[in-house]
Parts: sequence; C-alpha cells; structure tokens
Amino acid sequence: MTRSTRFVLFLLAVVTLSVPVLSDLILAKVERRIDLTSQIVRITTTLKAENTGSDPVSEVLLTFPDIQANHLAYLTVTVNGGKGKAKSSSGGNLPVEVVHPEGMPPSLTVYSVSLPKGLGKGDSLLLDVLAVFTHSLQPVPEKITQSDIQLVLFQESAHYLSPYDVKVQSLSVKLPDARIESYSKLENTKLHGSEIKYGPYENLPPFSYLPIVIHFESNHPFAVAKELIREVEISHWGNVQVTEHYSLIHAGAQSKGEFSRLDYQARPYVRGASAFRRLVARLPPRAHSVYYRDEIGNISTSSLWGDSKKMDLEIEPRYPMFGGWKTTFTIGYGLPLEDFLFAVDGKRVLNITFGSPMRELVIDNLFVKVVLPEGSSEFSASVPFPVKQRQETKISHLDVVGRPVVVLEKNNVVPEHNVNFQVYYKFNCLSMLREPLMLIAGFFFLFVSCVVYMHVDLSISKSSPTYLAKLQWEEVQTNIQQLCSIINRCLTTNEKLEASLRDLSRTGDVQACKTTRKSVDSLLKDLSKELKSALTFLQSSPQAAHILPKVEELIAKERELQERLMAKHSTVVDCYEKKLSGREIENRIAPHQQKITALRQEVDDLLEFIDEI
Amino acid sequence: MAGKAESLNGTVKSGSNQSGPAAMQASAFKADLSNMISLKSFKLKTKQQELLIRVSILLLVYVLAFITRLFSVLRYESMIHEFDPYFNYRTTLFLTEKGFYEFWNWFDSESWYPLGRIIGGTLYPGLMVTAALIYWLMRFLRFAVHIREVCVLTAPFFASNTTLVAYFFGKEIWDSGAGLVAAALIAICPGYISRSVAGSYDNEGVAIFALLLTFYLFVKAVNTGSLAWSLASAFGYFYMVSAWGGYVFIINLIPLYVLVLLITGRYSMRLYVAYNCMYILGMLLAMQIRFVGFQHVQSGEHMAAMGVFFLIQVFYFLDWVRHALADAKLFEAFLRITVTTAVSFGAIALGVGTASGYISPWTGRFYSLLDPTYAKDHIPIIASVSEHQPTAWSSFMFDFHILLFFFPAGLYFCFKRLSDATIFIVMYGLTSMYFAGVMVRLILVATPAVCLISAIAVSATVKNLAQLVRAKSKAVQSGSSKGTSTAKGSSKGLVDQSQPFQRNGAIVLLLGAFYLLSRYATHCTWVTSEAYSSPSIVLAARGAHGNRVIFDDYREAYYWLRQNTPPDAKVMSWWDYGYQITAMGNRTVIVDNNTWNNTHIATVGRAMSSYEDEAYEIMRSLDVDYVLVVFGGVTGYSSDDINKFLWMVRIGGGVFPVIKEPDYLVNGEYRVDKGAAPKMLNCLMYKLCYYRFGELTTEYGKPPGYDRARGVEIGNKDVKLEYLEEAFTTQNWIVRIYKVKPPKNRW
Repeated sequence: MTRSTRFVLFLLAVVTLSVPVLSDLILAKVERRIDLTSQIVRITTTLKAENTGSDPVSEVLLTFPDIQANHLAYLTVTVNGGKGKAKSSSGGNLPVEVVHPEGMPPSLTVYSVSLPKGLGKGDSLLLDVLAVFTHSLQPVPEKITQSDIQLVLFQESAHYLSPYDVKVQSLSVKLPDARIESYSKLENTKLHGSEIKYGPYENLPPFSYLPIVIHFESNHPFAVAKELIREVEISHWGNVQVTEHYSLIHAGAQSKGEFSRLDYQARPYVRGASAFRRLVARLPPRAHSVYYRDEIGNISTSSLWGDSKKMDLEIEPRYPMFGGWKTTFTIGYGLPLEDFLFAVDGKRVLNITFGSPMRELVIDNLFVKVVLPEGSSEFSASVPFPVKQRQETKISHLDVVGRPVVVLEKNNVVPEHNVNFQVYYKFNCLSMLREPLMLIAGFFFLFVSCVVYMHVDLSISKSSPTYLAKLQWEEVQTNIQQLCSIINRCLTTNEKLEASLRDLSRTGDVQACKTTRKSVDSLLKDLSKELKSALTFLQSSPQAAHILPKVEELIAKERELQERLMAKHSTVVDCYEKKLSGREIENRIAPHQQKITALRQEVDDLLEFIDEI
Repeated sequence: MAGKAESLNGTVKSGSNQSGPAAMQASAFKADLSNMISLKSFKLKTKQQELLIRVSILLLVYVLAFITRLFSVLRYESMIHEFDPYFNYRTTLFLTEKGFYEFWNWFDSESWYPLGRIIGGTLYPGLMVTAALIYWLMRFLRFAVHIREVCVLTAPFFASNTTLVAYFFGKEIWDSGAGLVAAALIAICPGYISRSVAGSYDNEGVAIFALLLTFYLFVKAVNTGSLAWSLASAFGYFYMVSAWGGYVFIINLIPLYVLVLLITGRYSMRLYVAYNCMYILGMLLAMQIRFVGFQHVQSGEHMAAMGVFFLIQVFYFLDWVRHALADAKLFEAFLRITVTTAVSFGAIALGVGTASGYISPWTGRFYSLLDPTYAKDHIPIIASVSEHQPTAWSSFMFDFHILLFFFPAGLYFCFKRLSDATIFIVMYGLTSMYFAGVMVRLILVATPAVCLISAIAVSATVKNLAQLVRAKSKAVQSGSSKGTSTAKGSSKGLVDQSQPFQRNGAIVLLLGAFYLLSRYATHCTWVTSEAYSSPSIVLAARGAHGNRVIFDDYREAYYWLRQNTPPDAKVMSWWDYGYQITAMGNRTVIVDNNTWNNTHIATVGRAMSSYEDEAYEIMRSLDVDYVLVVFGGVTGYSSDDINKFLWMVRIGGGVFPVIKEPDYLVNGEYRVDKGAAPKMLNCLMYKLCYYRFGELTTEYGKPPGYDRARGVEIGNKDVKLEYLEEAFTTQNWIVRIYKVKPPKNRW
C-alpha cells in the first residue's frame, strides 16, 4: 500500500506542474478498455485527435508514467478508418518512437506517433492504441498460504493521461469472473458483473490524473519465463528442429507455510487455487518428435493432440507451481522444412514465429537462436520490432568450422510478439553432401587401414628365429593349399571320366568316351607334374615334417584312385566294344567300383584333415 | 553332385532350426558343419571361410551383447539408474567440465556435511576417466553427444568388449569353438547383465571387462612365457585397480594359482617370468591410484601376493642350486634348510609388520567375505545392504540358469585335459563360486568363470556329437551318391549296422543341447527385460485397466529440492538417497552411499529414531534445513524408510547406546499398527512418514490411514509436528520433504 500512495503523490506533483500546451491538437474522444483477465494487462485506447490550430500536425504524443512504461511490452498504433470499416483499415502500424520533448514533466515517458499524413486544420483522425503491460498486477498480500486465494492490485488513472485537452473520455475495466475485493468508487462509477466503468468525463485539461485502485482475485497462471532460449536449427535434409529451454517461475503471490499434499489432492481448486499445474503450448501443424524433459530426465506428464490446423501440447511441470516456485524444462519438436523455408532471389528465407508457443506467457528475456547449416553465408535477420542481434557459432554433429548462429535478444515479450520473422541466408546445396561424404571417407579409410594392416609386415626383428619360422610355416601352408587344390582338380577330372561313362551307358557312343579319356589322361599328367613339384618343396621343408606322411598318403591314395578309375573305364569301354550285356559289365566292374568308393572316401577324409591344419 | 546338394539342404534346415534365440551358440556348431559342405559351393578356402564365419559370429555376439542391454532405454528413457551410478555420473560431469586436475583435487562440500569428502582420494577413477575419454573422443570426432548418453551406454559397450575378451580367453584355454560359445554365453548371461544394462553406470560395468582381460592376459603370459603379455596383463591389472575395489580378488587369486602350480610341480620359467613381471609392474602401477596408495605393501589383504613373490624367487634359486649341485642327497638337505629359513623369515616379517602396525590387518569387509556371518554380528552397515546378503539358491538359478548344470560338466572336461590354463579357470571358477555364495553381488565376479567353464562343456560335447553325426552322414551320403549311378551301395550298409543307435543318439543329444541353449536364451531375455531393466528411480506398475502407470516421485522431489530450496540448504535423509539428492537435487546432504563414516550415519539413524524434540537438537547441531523420507504406504512400495527403519535403529544403536532396538519392537516383532511399541509410534521417522496419513483413504473398503505397503491400519493417526513442517510431498506420497523450523523466539 505504501508504494501505491507514493505513486499517487508523485503523480499529483506531476499534475500540479503547469505545462504549456504542445500543439493545437485536442482529443475529442477517448475510449479506454483495460483487460485484466490474465496476468498480462492490455489497454486498448481509441483516440479521436482533432487539430484545432492552423499548422498541420504530423505527430501525436502518447504519454505513460515511467513506472508503467517500464512494464510496457508492446505498443502499436493503427489508424481507425471509422466505425464501419474498423477491422479492414487496421493494416499498417504507425511508426512509434520514444521522444524527449522540451518542457515535459519528468517521470513521464513520451512516445511519438507519426501520422501517415499531416493533420490539417479542423481535420480529425481516429487512432487505435494497444498497449500491453507485464508485471503490472501486484499481489496483495504478497505472501499467501496454500488455501488462500490470490488477490492482486491494479492501479491506473481514471482520467486519460495526455499532453492534450481531452473532451470526452470513458474507461472500462474487464476483470476475471471472480471476487472483487475493492475498487475506487468515483463519480460515474458503475459495476456490471465483472466489468467496472468509469466516466464519461468531459473537458479535462492536459495531464489530468485521477488514480484508481482495483483489488481483485486473479487465479490465472502467473507463469513468467525468466529466461527462454529458443533454438531453431535448420537441416536441409528436411527438418527444422526447435528446442526451447524454459526457466519458469510463478510470479504471483509467494506461498508461505506448509504445502500439504493431502489438502491439495483432496480439493485442488480450493486448496491450491493460486497454483497452476499445466501449461498449453500451441505448436505449428505437422510438428513431430515432440519431447518434454529437464536436466534430470524425461517428464512423463504431457499430452499432445492436434489436427491439420494446429498441435496442442499440454505439459505439466513435475510439481504444481505455487507462488514463487520455480522450474526449468525443455521442450523440443521437429517441423517439416518445406513449411518454413522458402527461396527468394537466390537466397533462402526462414519464416518462423518469434515468441513462445505457450499461451499467456510472459517472457522476461528471450533469446532466439537460429542455427543455420554449416556453410551458409550472407545471413541477415528481419524482425518487425527492435531486437538485439549478434552472431555465434555452434559446433554440432560432424561440423568442421561450426554452424553460424544468428542470436536475437529481446526483453519483456508477450504473446503479441508472436509474429513471424525472417532470416535470409545463402547456402549451396552441395554443402549438404559434405557430412555424408565425410562419414563415407572415414569408413573408407578405416577399411583401407585394416587392409593395409593385414598386408604389411609389422614385426620388428626380421631375423629372429620365431619370425623366420613363421615365414616358413606360412610358405608351407600356401604350399599345402596349392597341393589340396591340385588334388581337388584331379578329383573333378575323375568325375569327368565317370560322367563320360554314364553318357556311354545312355548313348552308347564309344568314340566320344574315348576322346574324353584321352583329354583326361593328358590333364592328369600335367596335374601329376605340378603335384610332384609341390611335394618336393614340402619334403625339403623341416616345418612340414609332421604333416608330410599324411600328404604323401593322400597323394598315394589319389593315384590309386586314378588307376582304379582308369581300369574301370577301360573295362567298361572294352565291354561296350565287345557289346556285352549290362549285367556282365556290372559284374566285371564291381570290384573296381567298391575299391573306388572306399578310396574316394579315404581321400576325402585325408583332404579334410589336411585342410584343418 | 546330387548328394552334395542334398547335404547342403540338410545344413540349411538345421540352421533354420537353430535360428531361434539360441542361434549364437548353435552357429558355433554350424561353423563346423558348413566347413566341409560349402567347400565347393562358396569357392572360398576353408581357412578363410572359417575366419569369415568366426568373425561374423563374434560381430553378431558383440552387437547382441550391446542391444540386449538396451531394454531399459526403450522401456523408460536414457537415464542413470539406482544409487551409486548417480555419484559416478556427477563426478564424470565434474571431470568433463573442470578437467582432470580439478577432479583429482576435488573436495566435495556437498556431501557428508559438515565433514565433506575428498573425492579424488576416495574413489576409483577408472570408470569416470573411461567415460570422459570416450566423451572427449566423440567430441573430437565431432559427434555432439551429451555426457549422459556416454555414461548410459558405457556399461553395454564394455559388456560387448567383454564378449571379445571371453572369446580370446576361451580360445586360449580350450579352442576357438569354446571361445565362441563363451562369448555368446556371457553376452546374455543375467548375472552379468544385472550390473551392465544401459544406465547402470557403475564401476562393475567396466571392472568385469578389466578383470577378465587381466586374467586372460595373465594366462596368455603363463602359456607363452612372454614378457610382452605379462606387461599387458600388468596394465590390465592397473586398469582394474583404477576401476573397482574388487581388484583384491585378482591380487589374491593369481598368487593362489601360482602357488597351486608350484605345489603340483608345474613350475616353469614361463610362470616365473609372467608372475614376476605382472606382480612388480602391476603393484607399481596400482600405487599411482590415490585411493589404493601403498596398500600393496602395507595391507594384510595384499600380503599373499608378496609372499608368493618371494616364494617363487626361492623356487628359482633352488632350481638353480639343484642344477649346480647335481647331488640329490645334498640338495635335499639344502632344500630343507632353505625352505625352513624362508618360511620362518617370512612369518617373522609378517608378524613384526603386523605387530608394529606397518601392515594393516584385514578389513571387516574382507572378513565378511571369508566368514559370511561376520558382518551380521559386527558391521551392521554392511549387513544392511541387500546386495551383501548371502545368496539364495533361487538367485543362482535365476542368474545362471542352465549354466549351473554345465558348470560341473565343464569342470570335468577341464580336469580331463589339465593344463596351466585349465587349472587357472578351474580355480577361478571354484573360488568365485564360493564368493558368489557369500554375497549376492559377487555373482557378478563368478559369471565370467561360469560362462567360460560352461562354454567348454557345451563346445566339447557339441563337437563330439557333431563329429559322430558328420561321420555317419558322410558315409550315407557317399553311399547314396554311388547308389544312384550304379546301385551298388549295399556294402556300405554294413558299417551303418555296426552301431545302430549311435547316430540317432547323437542327433537326439544335439537337439537336446540346442533345446537347453534356446531355453537359456529365452530365460536370459526374459530376465533382462523383466527384472534387470528397471532404473529404480522411476517405478512402473500396472494400473487397474492393465495400463502402465509411472511413479516418477523421486525425480519430482529431487527436482523440487533443486529448484525451490536455497542453494546451500542441507538435506538429511537416510544414506541410501544421498547420492541421488546431490546429483539430481544438487543440495548438500549429511550422509550418502559412500558409507565411510559410520558415526555420522549413526547420528542420522539416531535422529530418525528419537523423539521429535531430541531429534530437533541433533538436526540443529547438524544445520539441517530439510528432512527427506521415503514412504510407500500410499502406493504399496515396500522398500521405503519404514521398512529400513530397524537398520537405522541398529546402526544408530551401534554407536549411541541410548537407542535400543527392543524399544521399537513388541515381543521381538516389528509393527506399525495399534500394537506397536510407544517409542516406535512417536519417533521422528514414524511421524514424518505418517504425518496426516491418518486422514487419507488409500484403498477402497479400508479405514483411513491404511498402510498399503505393510497392509495394516497405522497406530498413530494423529501425528502433530512441532519443530518441522511439511514442505513438499510428491504426487504418490513416495517422497516427503519436511522443513526444519528455525528456533522459536524466546519471547
């Protein structure tokens, strides 16, 4: 209460200062509507400015006391074309800037609105002013217990504070549907439900001030993000990843005393009326891969639903948020690239919203970081309101020089700031391939080094006995392998012979069979030569001593097998030439056949044994 | 040709039979089979083919070992589990942020208030340094991973590496087939998985890898007598010392093994080189770890290694003398004198060292290993930990399943083919099995041994059977192939008839083995997914409609502490939650899971078991701002503070005789209902847990104040707190936090 009285006293001092009239402008009509239904105070003012002087006027001044101006988050002025087309003409916002004109009383912040065209003598113009304030509702009492309701105090002037004469004015204050503790009762004050009307007042001089105080219940979430870092990362592979780090506080009345879970869970809306338990974020349509977590892990209390127009993400903090309680968390989601990235004049444009997707959230410090792909150049941002800009680099997966980051910083952000902004940059599509190529190259070199390692002799001493023994052993092994392959070839030629026999029994073509025999003979001769040379090496090598008997046995068996086969072949061919009956032939070759089968088996076994060494 | 194709089909079919979960084990056999068959069909040399199969099996096992540990990540999230891992995570975070020197010199004032803890000197840094190195390597390779992900996946990664070591170890002691089977068995063995699932970021995760690696390298060194291998094993030992206190097992098992080799007359130059190099270098390296320091020369637990070291020198000396003397009688006399002198000298040195206090006596933990009942009588703080309890038979069965039956079979095979290496694995198996019986958590140490020995059994059996089957099938095949052309295969039948049931018997036994192994694989998967993949921070239950209900109360409470209490607030809780509070709540705790100061813990136990006014005095003297209790009465969560309370009483009473256990019991029975002891009904812990619980209806049809964890209606429903106030209670009441009120004004 002390603060408010001081405030009033100071303003009275302001008013008593006699200030010269700045121009011949008067405000013929002022209508103010103050919306107090949430923690954000929105004051919509409709001004009718009239030029009574002779000189054309090109600017209109709006004044706010410094205390309010400090909390001013958003201010727009639009020209209202008239009652009928009020909506349609609200196209262009008029430029607004802070000015310090001479002779103004101190402790006032003055904004100058440049009119689209000078206001001639007698002309009038209708202006719509929307001013949005944060932190303007002061909780009184400052500390409440769990079961108390939260009461807040709002202070304003019943008279419109203006450097101009005001002819007619009125004020209406919209309160939430709840208890009204008290409000200043002046002349012409009316209360309709949850709306208080002051005025109309007529013919007030410049800088009139008549303080009003409204004390009412407000249990709407007083969610304030002390800091919000929004990171928008563009991947040209088709994704825009948004990550938002919130550091949230309940900025309403501080809670004091016990927190009783029993009371809270029994009657949450009575014994925890001032707490908020959930927040709703409206994500763009087609958002995917949504997550919600904090420093110590995933938070499982969230739900997501949506349609083609929007996605609503409802999140619950880990605990109900009472006054003064804090929490931090991160939400993240992916967006399809084609909805947000466009090409304009050879440049690429990211077009995405600036503020937080949370409803009715006040953000004290907002950092928007746009992470461009590596290799982007000539980037610039265009935001419809003043922000601080700087640049950083971020090193992410497989980056060499890092990705350029455009950082936009803004204080005191309200949902009205949730408009699109643009970041322009140049990017060559070939740079997209850089990272996959790097990966491919990495694996390629890995395999190459493996191959090199396998083929390079890395032993330190080339003359040590173990090394030499190893070399010799390797030689023996290759030799044995060679030998085995020769034997295998012999076996296949043998099979050729058998096949020719089968052909013979089918077609009876003795001649063809004989030619096969001839070719096989020569082939086997060559092979046996090769075999001999391999064998002589093995015999000379001391390393091979222990497998030599087996090898020799193998060769002997194989030779025997060959001989048997030859014998069988000649017998069959002979029989065919003599035109003997099938039974007779079978009888004659039966002993051969048995022996061949047994030999074949032995050769196979030996081969396998040698192979396993 | 037709015969070839047929047999190929046969393999494919048998392959598909095994391609269930047991495919890993089965493929070892498959490798053998396909060796001979696809010789021609693949046009690869047998050697290369075998290598290819072996490498691909190992690769599959490697991947399998990793992914089977990811159940918890899929079920819950990528998070750190349980208690100790949170400390490890916190220190790793510190290490990566502040660098190694800061970490080494870190004095942590956030725990053990007001004593603090010198972190650098009281932990095994191996795990943290490993994770930090992996993290830095990933960063260097430009993979922007978070340190948490690295920590979560460290244990599975090392489990995969362990399978490789198991393969090489198996190959060293038996053959490569046994190695493959061992790798496959250890990859999914629940005894190991219990400590190495993703998120279980604990010392054991890397320590088992280090343990097996050290053993493998040492056995390799003994087998080859190579200095290089024993040097490698010394480094393996160093890594083990840096990672886990269980290194004491190595430093006692290896000397024991050497001793056994000496006694059984297997002394060799190889052994001499391997042990000396490994012991000396390993000891010097281990001294570089601050927490271990000079224990290798000063502590009774390490004296066996030193004794064996001297003994082996004496042996070497005697060996030399025998060569020099060449007179058996003279040598015998010399031997007697030398041995007597050496032994008595050693005994005197040990006695003097112990008496003068230079050599510290065995610690209680060591005693409790040798004598399972020791801890129960003397060290309640060790006995109070559930993982220090003696192992029940069921948990052996749970963790080893059929390996429990393969283990003796493997021992039989080892004894049948006795060598230096098999003696080692037998000793490792037997000693670790004993320790596994003493303490539940040491099942972990026994697991690699059990897997290796079982692998020997499986591999040897399957190999024998497969050989039988193969021999027969080949005979039949060659007979039939000839039969098609000339119909002369009748003579072959003679061989088949000689042993009519052998082949069928072998096939049946093989199928039986595959059945068992596939049961094993199913069991392991089931155990992993059901029992060992819960992070125990987040609790999951089935709701009334079969849906999954998540109780995230711990993190709710810790996060509340982190955000809504002053940064220097001191939180008192039972020591179980200390690490979690410092790591997740970022607040100072009085005691934590590093139970180094028994008195401090007893003080907390005393405060919890006193009346509120007495407790208030204690809490004031400890500067406590908040008290945190865990309470499961609403949800039926049974491992809460009321169930742990008797341990608090015991530990508190162990130091402060004012606290007497019988005061809290009624006729030796612990109860919380109307019949409970009056002191129980009014002690701080009871009051904090049941504050305003009497007004709550927890279950339909039960009176208010019905405790679902214990199934009784509580005895004291009208709990009034004078010196504390409820600050926060989580959604399901699992964690309750109380604020200690400031002292009252005198006027």
